[in-house]
Amino acid sequence: MVSMSRDPNNFEEPILELKARIEGLKAQPATPKLEREIDKLEQKLRKLQADTYASLTDWQRCLVARHPKRPYTRDYISNLFEEFDELHGDRRFADDPAIMAGFGTFRGRTLAVIGHQKGRDIKQKLHRNFGMPRPEGYRKALRVMKTAEKFGAPIVTFIDTPGAYPGIDAEERGQGEAIAFNLKEMAMLKVPVLVYVIGEGGSGGALALGVGDHICILANSIYSVISPEGCASILWKDADQMATAAEALHLTAPKLQKLGLVDSICEEPPGGAHDNPNQMFSLLGEHLAAQLAREESLSVEERIEARYQKFRVMGSFMQAG
Amino acid sequence: MSWFIKKRAPIKSPKDKIKIPEGLWEKCHGCNEVIYRQELNRNEMVCPKCQYHFRIPPRERLDKLFDDSKYTLLYNDIKSEDPLNFRAVKKYRDQLKGLEKRGLEEDAVWVAKGRLSGIETMVAVMDFSFLGGSMGSVVGEKITRGIEAAVEEQIPVIIFSCSGGARMMEGAISLMQMAKISAALARLSEGELPFISVLTDPTTGGVTASYAMLGDINIGEPKALIGFAGPRVIQQTIKQELPDGFQRSEFLLDHGMLDMVVERKELKAVLSRFLRYFTKEKV
Repeated sequence: MVSMSRDPNNFEEPILELKARIEGLKAQPATPKLEREIDKLEQKLRKLQADTYASLTDWQRCLVARHPKRPYTRDYISNLFEEFDELHGDRRFADDPAIMAGFGTFRGRTLAVIGHQKGRDIKQKLHRNFGMPRPEGYRKALRVMKTAEKFGAPIVTFIDTPGAYPGIDAEERGQGEAIAFNLKEMAMLKVPVLVYVIGEGGSGGALALGVGDHICILANSIYSVISPEGCASILWKDADQMATAAEALHLTAPKLQKLGLVDSICEEPPGGAHDNPNQMFSLLGEHLAAQLAREESLSVEERIEARYQKFRVMGSFMQAG
Repeated sequence: MSWFIKKRAPIKSPKDKIKIPEGLWEKCHGCNEVIYRQELNRNEMVCPKCQYHFRIPPRERLDKLFDDSKYTLLYNDIKSEDPLNFRAVKKYRDQLKGLEKRGLEEDAVWVAKGRLSGIETMVAVMDFSFLGGSMGSVVGEKITRGIEAAVEEQIPVIIFSCSGGARMMEGAISLMQMAKISAALARLSEGELPFISVLTDPTTGGVTASYAMLGDINIGEPKALIGFAGPRVIQQTIKQELPDGFQRSEFLLDHGMLDMVVERKELKAVLSRFLRYFTKEKV
């Protein structure tokens, strides 16, 4: 085994090694000396995690956002909602498992929940199409949003997709139209729409669930107009330049906040959401509860106007005179 | 046995090598035919052999569209800046400077107001020669201002799309222009004012996934490439040959995504009719 890895993709290796050592010590019969040793190592682990995560490159941040153990929409729903009933299908063509949608109860309040779902094992990944929706996914999402609007339920969306699916069938059924229509309709929804970027915010396929009153991004999530790989192959003519492209695209949470494209950042556990999902659920749950209370104090007109103005001011240009 | 499966290189057509004096002849992207430029001009830049519609500069389109070629250009004091200090092989800033030197001062969209068969109309025309017609902050801002002014003045909007999609050099800022413009169109719609979208070659990516597909009427120019994902990306994803005519206007018409495919020489008449159909009678 090679332990001295310099591969930037393996930045978690020292953390995992330390964790394994702690586990090993914990398996031994406890003695006061051993416990002190474990304590010391756990402190060291916390520091190592904090230091590692504080100094990740933007490309490494992309890898965390795509981490296979990172909590997905389904995990947030089952851990944050007392009840949840999933709805299927767009009533036009099919059900798209790449997007989950339904109604449930969050701290006693009825909410509509919609989010991309990636799938854990290979069978699930295929079933969910790696979280890449087809038009029917976006149409299902909008159908559920309209139902929520009708019955006065606030909407929460979870964004986690590499992008909308680029396939022949998706094009035939109007991928562009499906996304476009969501953007237009979401702008006018009367109920609060709270958006959480929980993993990958992949371009238009992400934005189609992303027009809301408050846009929150998790500290290690990304949101981008194009994947770093795609950008590298187009603008650098070299897909291996993805780390450089990731840096250039300004796709990390702090950079997006600075550009005024997201409203808030939800902290993650020191070793990332995947390191301590339960802590992540409670962090997000608190954020959501606070945000819901804030949004509900607005009138419908105020809310729609504020949502319009939020996107209206996005942009950066010079004007003579 | 490698000789058995060896493929002969296709014979190159000699006309590729003929040196053509600049501007006198034009090669058709549709059928490779070489066409006399003046003939092309007479035919509104449509190939007389295969009906391929050449991309035309915004000014040409606006001149043809508006009555007596009279119109006012709007918002052309808005210029791109480089919010991310973006640098790939080239610096975005240098690209912008280069384009300005070439006299391309409108960024990738021209917005103009004037009369079309007597009806006051707001028109936006995208320019592919400006960074592939890519949609960045300036495109987003100019189109949004145009739509907002149309709501204010109670006049219809026509947008001619011609774009590879969002402008990567402005990162997620360009992505958000999709939401910004779509929200403005929602207000136009709420004001019961018409929006006609004309999709010209090519219209892809974030432009297709926002305003280009949101028309009360979506019109394609013949054989225009229109899609969300580009054909190369799809091919790399599915690793299959794409069907003939895939993502062309006629294909989208067949699949219910366009209302009509209209030849350039008919376009003004068709647009005028719809503006008239959709103009409310004053009660």
